[in-house]
Amino acid sequence: MSKQVEDFDANLAGEEGKTEETKSSWFKRIKKGINTKTSEKKETPEGLWVKCPDCNYICTISELREHLFVCPKCAYHHRINSSEYFEVLFDNNEFIELFDNIRSKDFLDFTDLKPYKKRLEEIWSKTDLKDSMRVAEGKVNGQGLVIACMDFEFIGGSLGSVMGEKFSRAVDHCIAHGLPYMVISKSGGARMMESAFSLMQLAKTSGKLSQLSDAKLPYISLLTDPTFGGISASFGMLGDLNIAEPGALIGFAGPRVIKETIKRDLPEGFQRSEFLLDHGFLDFIVARKELKNKLATVLELFKN
Amino acid sequence: MPTNANRQFLDFEKPVKDLIDEIENARTRQEKTKIDMTDLISRLEQNILEKRKEITENLTSWQRVQLSRHPDRPYTLKYIDKMTSNFVELYGDRNVKDDKAMVGGFTSLDGETVMIIGQQKGINTKMRQLRNFGMANPEGYRKALRLMKLAEKFNKPVITLIDTPGAYPGLEAEERGQGEAIARNIYEMIRLKVPVICVIIGEGASGGALGIGVGDKVFMMENTWYTVISPESCSSILWRSWEKKEVAAEQLRLTADKMLGFGLIDGIIPEPVGGAHWDYDGSAQILKNYLIPVLKELKQMSAEQRTNTRIEKFGRMGFWEEE
Repeated sequence: MSKQVEDFDANLAGEEGKTEETKSSWFKRIKKGINTKTSEKKETPEGLWVKCPDCNYICTISELREHLFVCPKCAYHHRINSSEYFEVLFDNNEFIELFDNIRSKDFLDFTDLKPYKKRLEEIWSKTDLKDSMRVAEGKVNGQGLVIACMDFEFIGGSLGSVMGEKFSRAVDHCIAHGLPYMVISKSGGARMMESAFSLMQLAKTSGKLSQLSDAKLPYISLLTDPTFGGISASFGMLGDLNIAEPGALIGFAGPRVIKETIKRDLPEGFQRSEFLLDHGFLDFIVARKELKNKLATVLELFKN
Repeated sequence: MPTNANRQFLDFEKPVKDLIDEIENARTRQEKTKIDMTDLISRLEQNILEKRKEITENLTSWQRVQLSRHPDRPYTLKYIDKMTSNFVELYGDRNVKDDKAMVGGFTSLDGETVMIIGQQKGINTKMRQLRNFGMANPEGYRKALRLMKLAEKFNKPVITLIDTPGAYPGLEAEERGQGEAIARNIYEMIRLKVPVICVIIGEGASGGALGIGVGDKVFMMENTWYTVISPESCSSILWRSWEKKEVAAEQLRLTADKMLGFGLIDGIIPEPVGGAHWDYDGSAQILKNYLIPVLKELKQMSAEQRTNTRIEKFGRMGFWEEE
């Protein structure tokens, strides 16, 4: 749990896992962090082994892929990217990507430990991603749908101007073509390097959802692990249906902040999907394997 | 308003404190020696005004943040009291409880009924706790929404006064859906049929501020800040240290002049020389004079015009590159 929280923070800051598990052990890590480029990590050769972070079950990548990146033993849902979600959901993995010509710009000349500009350039060189959200139109069991999906590896899936703009154009596209809209969230929240501009995306996207609502088109918000901050304080929680994958961490404030504020331990299962369902904020929880069929059923029910 | 003897001073306000002390000394000496010191005292008082002006003209971003948190600064209820008449405070979200960090009610501004809503901070230690330091829980946001809907029903404009270090990050807040409460408010405010004016009167921290901050016009008072995260939290996440808050404040460009330059707010409301904490009546008067013509202007638009303009205005916010 605590490692996950630290990793989460690291991801928020746009860095890859900086946690040193070896801190108190016999061995010391000399080099800091993991040096493997994400792009290399993605092209894992067949037959490489993966350990489930939850139950330690070891299986091959190809076996995991067959199970849609869900642990075959304990059903732990591994974090996946937009390309995997598109593959899971769109018929024959056929889709048209929309608005992929928009990318982030360092308008404010923001510098923390690293200039924002450099941070962006590094990620662009490491991955094929342009920003933290990709939008695509395709068919789910024969029914048209526009999906906007976040990529956590792009600065923690953070919500910045580009995500706000892509989200908005996706809504316009849905209205123009009479299509339902689905957003798959996986994000640490607003992108601090875009300061107040990122905050205003909450209002921008909500305004667009209001137009989608007037057009009577369904909006489904799928929350996956993790979804925090500005996402849950805007379109993440505004779905006609709010649904989630099992065991996903979802909340407004991060667990570490809450723990520091209230100065006591958080209960088991706090801010997990099941917790949100019990408190009335989710319509249902759906396992990744059932996601496509359930989604298709829902879309059909809305339509007929 | 605190008397000079009860005033609290920030470190960069020390020159003003020294002058105030000098005046006190002069007065005591005058009493003792019966020598007329009126000239000296009035000269010192003039110096104080100049010093106050000088200080606020050369503030760093972080000092501006400190000023927005000045313990003597007027809060929402103070503005309501000084600016309006016949205020009827309305409590509760009709659901869980009454959140003391969020206040609101109908009141009369320049003879017209308006709904004023805002976060409220406490004026002393006990009250600060009761008000939860201006950090609302979900029921606070839901109370605010209830009042906005009430205003909409009776076609009364809504004015929100924003002053919060953030929405409360607590266990119960999460149980009761802090994210959903803020999201719902943002969504409903952008399509509210009546005129909505939002004013940052102190701290404008993130979703906690935006949860009552979506309006036809959004203003910031001179010595306030508004951005996506507090400089302290930003420092802790991006710099991994609590020590970089000054740099973070600078980098976040959170002051009123920067925000106006970005087109993210619609105007800056001046404060009395040295900041709102020097003159409550003056601050409230300036704010009132600022709000009245804006309200008149907004009332002339149709509800549809207003909501469309609102959606378009926020829709334009952001920067990106297109290949």
